[in-house]
Amino acid sequence: MGFNWRYLVAIVGLLAVALMAFTRMQTAPSPVAAPSFVLSRTSENGTYLVAVEPEAPPVKVGELHTWMVTVKTQDGNPVDGASITVSGGMPAHGHGLPTSPEVTAQLGDGRYRVEGVKFSMGGAWEFRFAVSAPAGDDEAVFNLKL
Amino acid sequence: MIHSRRILPILPAAALLLSGLLGCKPAPLTEAERKAVASLSLSALPPLPADPSNRYADLPAAAAFGATLFFDQRVSRDGNVSCSTCHLVDRHFQDDRPLGVGISTTSRRTMPLAGTARSPFLFWDGRRDSLWAQALGPLEDAREHGGNRAAYAHIVKANFAARYEHIFGPLPDLSAMPANASPLGSEADRAAWASMSEAQQDAVNRVFANIGKAIAAFERSIVHEKTRFDRFADALAAGQEPADDAALSDEELYGLRLFVGKANCVECHNGSRFTDDHFHNTGVPPAAGLPEDLGREAAVPQVLSDPFNCLGPYSDAPPETCGELRFMVKSGPELRRAYKTPSLRGVADRPPYMHAGQIPTLEAVIDHYVRAPASPDGKSEVVPLKLSDRERAALVAFLKTLSN
Repeated sequence: MGFNWRYLVAIVGLLAVALMAFTRMQTAPSPVAAPSFVLSRTSENGTYLVAVEPEAPPVKVGELHTWMVTVKTQDGNPVDGASITVSGGMPAHGHGLPTSPEVTAQLGDGRYRVEGVKFSMGGAWEFRFAVSAPAGDDEAVFNLKL
Repeated sequence: MIHSRRILPILPAAALLLSGLLGCKPAPLTEAERKAVASLSLSALPPLPADPSNRYADLPAAAAFGATLFFDQRVSRDGNVSCSTCHLVDRHFQDDRPLGVGISTTSRRTMPLAGTARSPFLFWDGRRDSLWAQALGPLEDAREHGGNRAAYAHIVKANFAARYEHIFGPLPDLSAMPANASPLGSEADRAAWASMSEAQQDAVNRVFANIGKAIAAFERSIVHEKTRFDRFADALAAGQEPADDAALSDEELYGLRLFVGKANCVECHNGSRFTDDHFHNTGVPPAAGLPEDLGREAAVPQVLSDPFNCLGPYSDAPPETCGELRFMVKSGPELRRAYKTPSLRGVADRPPYMHAGQIPTLEAVIDHYVRAPASPDGKSEVVPLKLSDRERAALVAFLKTLSN
């Protein structure tokens, strides 16, 4: 009598299950990091170039902090006097920001201070800046991973 | 036969590998799991931040006076209720009841006090924005201490004048003030309050606020103690194998992995205190016999209009330091029946659970989150989860490592 195929089938089966278990383990939760974000992007309809950065990085989960926002037109001219509303949330969890951040100062040269930002947990956050100025109404959306 | 002999010895090795991966013998924690463990450890807790709204917050004499007030039953309408009636010192400053009982039964579960000085908003619904403003609420609640601010000013003058004045300066002249008066409370109390001059009202409010500030100074000293989980986390961070009273059993370790992984508990129960200090609708059913309770939605106008809030005349804070109040979410559907995420430290020692003690055991709490029932009002943030009996038991085992 020769090779017993039942053993091979059993081992292949075991290895497949082991591989599945191993793969599941690698999908561990995202760590609570302390990132230093500097982000810049064109608004959804291409009206503005919006750059955002935390005033005092690193950004820590659960702490109230301030962001600096710079708004320019596509040809690089700073946009002052814009009305900016800040919103966002965690799309995966269906909830918004835990606070209502507001622009509290216009610093000139297209720069604005946004106070009252908080991220209450680690994970993927959406951070939205709706800009309203004579050039038009547009929104820049940033995706942050904490 | 030759082939089988070669393969047979591999079987035990494959079985061992498999059992290891499936959790019978736990695999080492991943880097992400280690980071999550470190973030939950008490060692990650930053120093207690200052409370700019209470200039006496870190004054030892104020804390000592606050401790006296906290345990003194004279600070009540009937002389039978103190803060420690519900916040029992040997029970983690809670009372093991579904609903707190002062002069009569309240509508909320008594919260333990450790670490509450770090919460931006107090009470289950966050209707106060500091520990000292919180302390004033039960003092005038008819179901709790049942007193009124004018009576408390008289009590302080009669019993603690020297200690009070040593800390806060001269007490006002109370001789012309009514024995009982408050803008809240009974009709008679409110009428008496209305009969007082603005200066008299302000003087009484100031004594009342200082009572709260002293109690808050005392409560700031109530902190969490390290438990086996923290010793485990410390050993892990030091690169040591957690042993003896720092070791977790295989089941507890499995529960920890579920907590930070598949079961997603850590989404809200995060940081060293196992809370995000935020408000969530988790579909907890109302307690039978209680009036409608909208949670955070009803609390927002209360904290905004509270004269003892961070921006009010009795706060010592420069307005720019009142960020939590200024930038809090003031409206939106997510506020309805949203309640604060409680800390899970010591949780296994203090059933029942939820804001009105609706759920009797930890097992039943986990069952609630697995089922994720729809909220009776508003929308629950919780999504259903599949957890085996073994996984549920492991989560409970892990939660017990947060107690001593």
